[in-house]
Amino acid sequence: MSSLQTRVVARPVILDTASRRGVLFAAPRPSRRFVPIWRRNYLVWRKYLFERVLSNIIEPLITLVAFGYGLGSLLPEVGGATYLQFLASGSICMSVMYSAKFESLWGAYSRMDTQKTWAAIMNTPSSIDDIVFGEVAWAACKALVTGLAMLLVIWGLGVAHSPLALLALPVMLLAAAVFSAMALIVNSLARGYDTLSNYFVVIVTPMVFLSGIFFPLEQLTPWLRVGAHWLPLAATVDLVRPLILGRLPDHAVLNLTLLLGYGVGCYYIALILTRKRLFK
Amino acid sequence: MSAVAVVPAKTEGRASEVILRVQDLRKVYAGEAVVDGFSFTLNRGECYALLGPNGAGKTTTLRCCLGLTDPDGGAIELLGEPVPRRAREARIRVGVVPQLDNLDPDFTVAENLLVYGRYFGLADHTIRERIPGLLEFASLAHKKDAWIGELSGGMKRRLTLARSLVNDPDLIFMDEPTTGLDPQARHLIWERLKQLLARGKTILLTTHFMDEAECLAHRLAVIDHGAKIAEGVPRELIRAHIEAHVVEVYGDGATEWAHGFSRDDVSRLEVSGETAFCYAADPVPILRDLEARPHLRYLHRPANLEDLFLKLTGREMRDEA
Repeated sequence: MSSLQTRVVARPVILDTASRRGVLFAAPRPSRRFVPIWRRNYLVWRKYLFERVLSNIIEPLITLVAFGYGLGSLLPEVGGATYLQFLASGSICMSVMYSAKFESLWGAYSRMDTQKTWAAIMNTPSSIDDIVFGEVAWAACKALVTGLAMLLVIWGLGVAHSPLALLALPVMLLAAAVFSAMALIVNSLARGYDTLSNYFVVIVTPMVFLSGIFFPLEQLTPWLRVGAHWLPLAATVDLVRPLILGRLPDHAVLNLTLLLGYGVGCYYIALILTRKRLFK
Repeated sequence: MSAVAVVPAKTEGRASEVILRVQDLRKVYAGEAVVDGFSFTLNRGECYALLGPNGAGKTTTLRCCLGLTDPDGGAIELLGEPVPRRAREARIRVGVVPQLDNLDPDFTVAENLLVYGRYFGLADHTIRERIPGLLEFASLAHKKDAWIGELSGGMKRRLTLARSLVNDPDLIFMDEPTTGLDPQARHLIWERLKQLLARGKTILLTTHFMDEAECLAHRLAVIDHGAKIAEGVPRELIRAHIEAHVVEVYGDGATEWAHGFSRDDVSRLEVSGETAFCYAADPVPILRDLEARPHLRYLHRPANLEDLFLKLTGREMRDEA
């Protein structure tokens, strides 16, 4: 064998279980290379802009009209606002969540598993950390656009008109990032599209009904009410609803801390599980 | 199994700068070593092929070299960077043609190149300047605005090849680049790979098409069960391990004929199904005997890489790992 073939420069390494665990659990190291991943998703979204924004707005609008105007005319005021205002300010949070979840469930799963887009990206200098961060950042921005569109509709219909509602936008961005990170955990464990549907039915839909969107949490039994307050969607509604209706939220620090905690925790778990799935 | 090494003849015109060095690479899945102490080096400007049956560890080796799989042992140095620790930095100068197409179906041909180039941190204007040349190279200039779903299998492979060049890499990893293509498409890809080699690019190729390896590779390694069992220049390996002539005999009675034939005239005999493979330094006695037996069909040919491969790895079927 030639000398070239036997010369050693790099020291051989033996990776034991502990060091491999270290790779898996390493602190997140996203770099600016998440930007092209964000831009890739943005470019796709821009191609289907009309259809996607329309679908994000039509469904909550139907909810508003059917429940807000229909059911609302039969109901007294709820929490110092008309039922339409109550529902509209909650629905905007639901729309933001749906938008982030759909993007980070069906969208991300297609890119990871079906289209192998992530595999192609991993052959470049971008890493799994960049991909996960880019996906969260993109889903949050996309959901924010949905929230903004909903807010314009609410303003346009005259349901609410306070400029304080603009403060709800950064809250929606943060909440969308949380919902995206949660969805990416499911994505990293999914065995197929059925897993995503099951998550929606078992986790997301009950959360919608337990987060004060359609009725106040006070209507729930006491033990359920205590648990519901810890849900990220409930925290989002607690922050966004008063801002849209022209008031400052009561427990802003607590709810923002809760959302931040969920966001950081879920992002880290999603990253570990995605590394485990892709970095075999 | 000990590795057989055939030292390649000094290749004129190719620098001997080592661009990839793999030493004692080891990867274990579920207690089974899929790469087991594999070592090789790749010099700038050469094409090095990894040949092996399904599940031999070829793709795992590539993934380890790219830093996409954590090895359980060994050392890898890619373009001067230790992998996996600085794999990201090394991948800036690497192109990859994966085994399965992963072109972005949401984009057109040109958009695929643009978006992919961005992952390398290239500015849009730089990528846009490169796109016409890349499309020309892939013979896809007329498909610039076509959607991926409109392309044939061969076009997709050519686009994947063009995509792997968007960052003007020093080294290109090609994982079975022509699998599933018709002969015309395969030959076009080979032509393009030869052009790349002529331009000084370095290629690490995995394949189980022997003609592909023979056509493209300056050196190759035959691997099986994750370990290297032979390495060297294709022609020299064939000369070192295989008799110069092969006579393939088919038809009813071929195996009976083969077993009854004089051992003195056949150095080695292999029977697979209804076909007998006779390996000999001098084929004349075999051919003379066969001429007298019109019920047997036969083919006389020089020994090739496939004969070497089958000798080293056996003829039994391998399931996918």
